[in-house]
Amino acid sequence: MSEESAVVTGKKPFVPGKSLLTPFNIIAGIIVIVGLFITVLRFTKGLGTVTNLDDNYPWGIWIGFDLLAGVALAAGGYVTSAAVYIFGMKRFHSAVRPAILTGFLGYALVVFALHYDVGRAWRLPYPFIMQQGTTSLLFEVAACVALYLTVLFIECTPAPLEWLGFKKARNIAVKLTMLLTIFGVVLSTLHQSSLGALFLLAPSKLHPLWYSGYLPVFFFVSSIIAGLSMVIFESTLSHHYFADKMDETHMNEKEGVALGFGKAASLVLAGYFSIKVIGIAVDNNWHYLATGYGAWFLVELIGFIALPCLLYAVGVREKNLTLIKWTSGLAVLGIIINRLNVCLIAFNWHLPSEDKYFPHWMEIGISVFIVTVGILVFRFVVTRMPILYEHPDYKDSH
Amino acid sequence: MSISRRKFLGWLGAAGMGTALGSTANAASNKHFSGYPDSVGVLHDISRCVGCRSCEAACNKVNELPPPDQPFTDLSVLDTKRRTTPEAHTVVNKHELAKTPVFNKIQCNHCLEPACASACFVSAFKKTAEGPVSYDASVCVGCRYCMVACPFEVPTYEYNKAFTPRVMKCTMCYPRIMEGKLPGCVEVCPKEALTFGKRDDLLKVARKRIEKHPDRYIDHIYGEKEMGGTSWLYLSDVPFADIGMREDLGVTSAPQLTAGALSGVPLVVGLWPVLLTGIYAMTKRKEKISQEETAEAVSLAIAETEEKGAEKLSAALKKAEKDKDMAIQKEVKKALEEVKKTFEEARTQEETQEEQKEEKA
Amino acid sequence: MHEFYVLQEFMLHTKGIVYILMVAILLGMVGFWHFLTGREED
Ligand code: SF4
Ligand code: SF4
Ligand code: SF4
Repeated sequence: MSEESAVVTGKKPFVPGKSLLTPFNIIAGIIVIVGLFITVLRFTKGLGTVTNLDDNYPWGIWIGFDLLAGVALAAGGYVTSAAVYIFGMKRFHSAVRPAILTGFLGYALVVFALHYDVGRAWRLPYPFIMQQGTTSLLFEVAACVALYLTVLFIECTPAPLEWLGFKKARNIAVKLTMLLTIFGVVLSTLHQSSLGALFLLAPSKLHPLWYSGYLPVFFFVSSIIAGLSMVIFESTLSHHYFADKMDETHMNEKEGVALGFGKAASLVLAGYFSIKVIGIAVDNNWHYLATGYGAWFLVELIGFIALPCLLYAVGVREKNLTLIKWTSGLAVLGIIINRLNVCLIAFNWHLPSEDKYFPHWMEIGISVFIVTVGILVFRFVVTRMPILYEHPDYKDSH
Repeated sequence: MSISRRKFLGWLGAAGMGTALGSTANAASNKHFSGYPDSVGVLHDISRCVGCRSCEAACNKVNELPPPDQPFTDLSVLDTKRRTTPEAHTVVNKHELAKTPVFNKIQCNHCLEPACASACFVSAFKKTAEGPVSYDASVCVGCRYCMVACPFEVPTYEYNKAFTPRVMKCTMCYPRIMEGKLPGCVEVCPKEALTFGKRDDLLKVARKRIEKHPDRYIDHIYGEKEMGGTSWLYLSDVPFADIGMREDLGVTSAPQLTAGALSGVPLVVGLWPVLLTGIYAMTKRKEKISQEETAEAVSLAIAETEEKGAEKLSAALKKAEKDKDMAIQKEVKKALEEVKKTFEEARTQEETQEEQKEEKA
Repeated sequence: MHEFYVLQEFMLHTKGIVYILMVAILLGMVGFWHFLTGREED
């Protein structure tokens, strides 16, 4: 069976006789086995055995990276669907499905990761069914993430339904597109910003350069940057590994998507930079810039906000796709660093350095395990379902 | 220590009554919440504390916590800085200052507006009308946001329990209070460094002590306003910052800190759909107009070409006709000429014949 | 009417109502949009 016929029929891509023992599969396999081992430890021995969490640092990388950064990086779904369906940028249409799929996987993994982090995972529905702690921003986050995961799930269904050939159900799901997109944007605005607002409660623990009344706005705006950059970043990777799964439309629109999203990201980064600077001014925090934390803040501000802004702009002006791709990686890294700063590095800044937290290797192990699971599922789906190409039966149907 | 049981029960009754009847304040939007009237608290006079750790021992006993690694009589423990742990609701820390060592006791401060309660998404914490901040482990999910939120770094977590981990913190001995007993630590304190009573009264007591010994005490009651105020209050003869008590917490309470963000939520829910649908409708309209425009342009173009085509055709036809006419005329002319020619030829022939006849004749 | 002495308790109460309203608003908005555009062809 040739690769081309695989695209058309959506059948298994693996040519019989081709070995499954690729280097990638071997490494992924090892990660999964180690991950399962830690999982057993975590749920039989408790958090203390597998984490370096303590009473000063109740939140570690499972919150800082898996939840905060994870949710931000999964913002591609709402950003892309809003651009295409609400703002009418039809020329980016081929970017919607992969973005929604990554969004859904991202959120599903965030929820999965939360099961490791909370003390009693089986009680995760308690905020809804037992007692509603409505004064908590975490309640808001939980409600929105739960709802948005559902929205993303329905938004994702057309692909598997096309794959399975359920035309009626597929058409119903497609009809809901507009409604779901608007819901998705509302919910995303809320929980992306509320993740930042979680820290409003701790002005005495978070370093003043990162603590700001604008935290919710910072988190929301930077989630747009993360979403746009992730779409570019992820499409680069997909192009590298799944080029044979892409149809002509996808290939043709890809450049336009990179250019358009790069332009948008550059613009949003410029805005983000401005409000970050204003944030220093309104709290009169200039003098902190001369300290060690200030230097680190400037690294984030200049190296991971101003620099990608400029690089994107140059890339777009010169139509330099390679530059745009690399910049997207830089921007994504910048958002991850920002989330880790707020949650871990600049958190408890008043504590002596020996009391600071550094993740246990098993915490890192679980984070790597979860990312790996995400990549494996993504690969499983795009090699089978009409994600990077349009299903032949439904061409021109949007 | 010096409070009789009856008096104390009387307060509790008053607190309950006060709550049930309610006061008349709190009407318009500019609401002010001053806490439950007649709620109780503890005043810790740091200048009296000798660091004997009796309170730690008592707390361990009344709360049935596991025995410590080193006995409570071992005062060498004080040489290292400690914080509350799942096994210790309260710890005493020693601070070697210029004159003599100073000791302070750490436990939950039972805030008037608890940050932990604000943070908990299952509402496991509650500021009770009597004063203590209570915790309900039966609903706790274990997200530990309360620990992130607490400005006094009090709540701790049982990380080593796999199935029933709880948040652990001082309860102000709520069950004992309800029975009319004093909190364990207050009861045993040999120096009366701890005083239990109505918060309002404790504030008065503290002020009086400062007034009486202005040279001894720092003129500040820690906990009166910190983070919106706490039920556990402190008096000290050394600056609070020197004994590890943060003075940069501010007076804004936790719910005030999040109120802005929380009230933004319904605004987004109310207005975002309007805005987004509006933008969507506009894009759709623009698309429709541009579609119509394209359609019009296309039909116009078609019409134009048609018209032009027609013109061309008629021109061509005209030209063709003209050509035809000319051709006909030419032909006719030609024909006429030919006729003429033939005629003339005929005539010449005739003439020649006649001439020939004449010659014959 | 219940009297509140603690801002946190007050917010717990009011935000609870607001959350219910928000669900109602989201659902109502969908219905209202249909009502608003119901007579438009296409
Ligand atoms: S001191 Fe901390 S744990 Fe105690 S009531 Fe205040 S916020 Fe809650
Ligand atoms: S750990 Fe428990 S008590 Fe603390 S905020 Fe989470 S659910 Fe509430
Ligand atoms: S009030 Fe009770 S629980 Fe709190 S420190 Fe004292 S003895 Fe321990």
